[in-house]
Amino acid sequence: MAYKTHVGSLQSYRKGVIELDDDLRKYAFSNVFEVAGKAAPFERVAVVQNLQYVAEVVRAEGDSPWFAAPHDEFAIVMDGEVIFNFVKLADDQVPSHEGGAVQLGGEPNGPRMGRVVARRGHQVLLPKGSAYQLSAAQPAVAIMQTVDGPVTVKRWNDICTLGDSQ
Amino acid sequence: MTVLDAKIEMTGTDPETGYSSFRLGSFEFRRDEYFAHVTWPKGSHIIEIDRFLRAMVRDIGWGFFYGWIFFDDVFGTTNHYGTVDIFAGSYDRGCKEAGIDLLETFSAEAVSEAFTTISQDWISEGYDPLNAPLETGTPIGKKGEERKDPLLRAFIAADRMLGLEGDKPVRREEDGFPINRAFADLDYDTPEIECEPGFEGQLHAINLFDHIARSNVTWNPSISAVTGGNICCVTSEEHMLPVIHGNDRNEWFIQLSDEIHWNIADKNTGAPRGRVVMRAGDVCAMPADIRHQGFAPKRAMLMVMENGTPGLEKRYASGELPPYPVDFG
Repeated sequence: MAYKTHVGSLQSYRKGVIELDDDLRKYAFSNVFEVAGKAAPFERVAVVQNLQYVAEVVRAEGDSPWFAAPHDEFAIVMDGEVIFNFVKLADDQVPSHEGGAVQLGGEPNGPRMGRVVARRGHQVLLPKGSAYQLSAAQPAVAIMQTVDGPVTVKRWNDICTLGDSQ
Repeated sequence: MTVLDAKIEMTGTDPETGYSSFRLGSFEFRRDEYFAHVTWPKGSHIIEIDRFLRAMVRDIGWGFFYGWIFFDDVFGTTNHYGTVDIFAGSYDRGCKEAGIDLLETFSAEAVSEAFTTISQDWISEGYDPLNAPLETGTPIGKKGEERKDPLLRAFIAADRMLGLEGDKPVRREEDGFPINRAFADLDYDTPEIECEPGFEGQLHAINLFDHIARSNVTWNPSISAVTGGNICCVTSEEHMLPVIHGNDRNEWFIQLSDEIHWNIADKNTGAPRGRVVMRAGDVCAMPADIRHQGFAPKRAMLMVMENGTPGLEKRYASGELPPYPVDFG
């Protein structure tokens, strides 16, 4: 039997169904392609929150600002192709705030570490001690595994299916 | 909480089927050709044997996971991270009201040893409860030849990220992990990593979909990346989750491919609350006050985000933290 695997994209996704005799806000049901489709390029919109930890959805289109975090972060490309450029930070340049990514004023001074070209299904390490920039020639979507921080955007009421209470 | 100092005991062998029976504390376990039977001083319970074995080997492999693992509405375990409850009827309204429920607490080591012993005796060559039903034989019938390959495949748990030097490897063809038949239609390329001189090995990326597509087990997550206490798990799901999971904390599902149907029920009573159908790209929280069970008509890729911060279960149990993750303001 030949199987057909269904993956979503910005252009083609079919959101699921939530039918519960419960407050739907408790489930925060959303879709990464829908969220990315309505977001500005490189807004980092939270779709997962586990206390201080979040997963953010990013619509990559053009060149992003430079970001850095005081811990490892990870990106998973869900649609399209994203180039991740990396610059090594000196110890005193590494952010010291509690957590999450911070947007830098520009490309930081420091040696270029290289780049990763990632497509759908690829997971990329955004290592502590580096700054990174995302670049996409065509609109693309990534999920960022990180900590709730200065650039995390929260608009749960807009992105979640809330049923009758919406 | 009293922790019983008990270990698994074999209590006999059925001459007709060849299967042994066992006792742990007040619980007795035996199987026949079709069913597992659990008995305790005030009650007994019957579970279809495939369902029972699929639940039991995962419970061991997961290290009893987070919170409650219901083999069905009546029987299961609760993880206290060092000790484990075995319960029968403790979260079933009928059993509770009849006063026949039983819960006993053991060391996690004793329960793991017990479940491993039972599984090894009750599983024969040709049947692998970690495989999808279409990919393995049946546990029905008399005892057959003893399994020679590893019965249990525990979590693959990356310390930082899969595939990093010194960390857990990604699955590869040459290590005996071919792409599963259900994901054979996807293209699997590799990310391009270009390091400047002096930074070799400091940049890293993997094809996560390729890793998931090569999994030879179902409903058995592997940890792919860790940010502090935030654990990113990935897993391939086919047929049905053979347990009902009641978490002791909030967790999140991100559907990477295909479709999974989740039945949702009240954690304490089992009363149905409804369902969630997740399709590729969907994100849904599983609150800490529910049970959930998944059904995947076609093998699907799922990402699970867990907060593994030690002691979190106590903060939820005490009410310090609400049983849902998001403040809508």
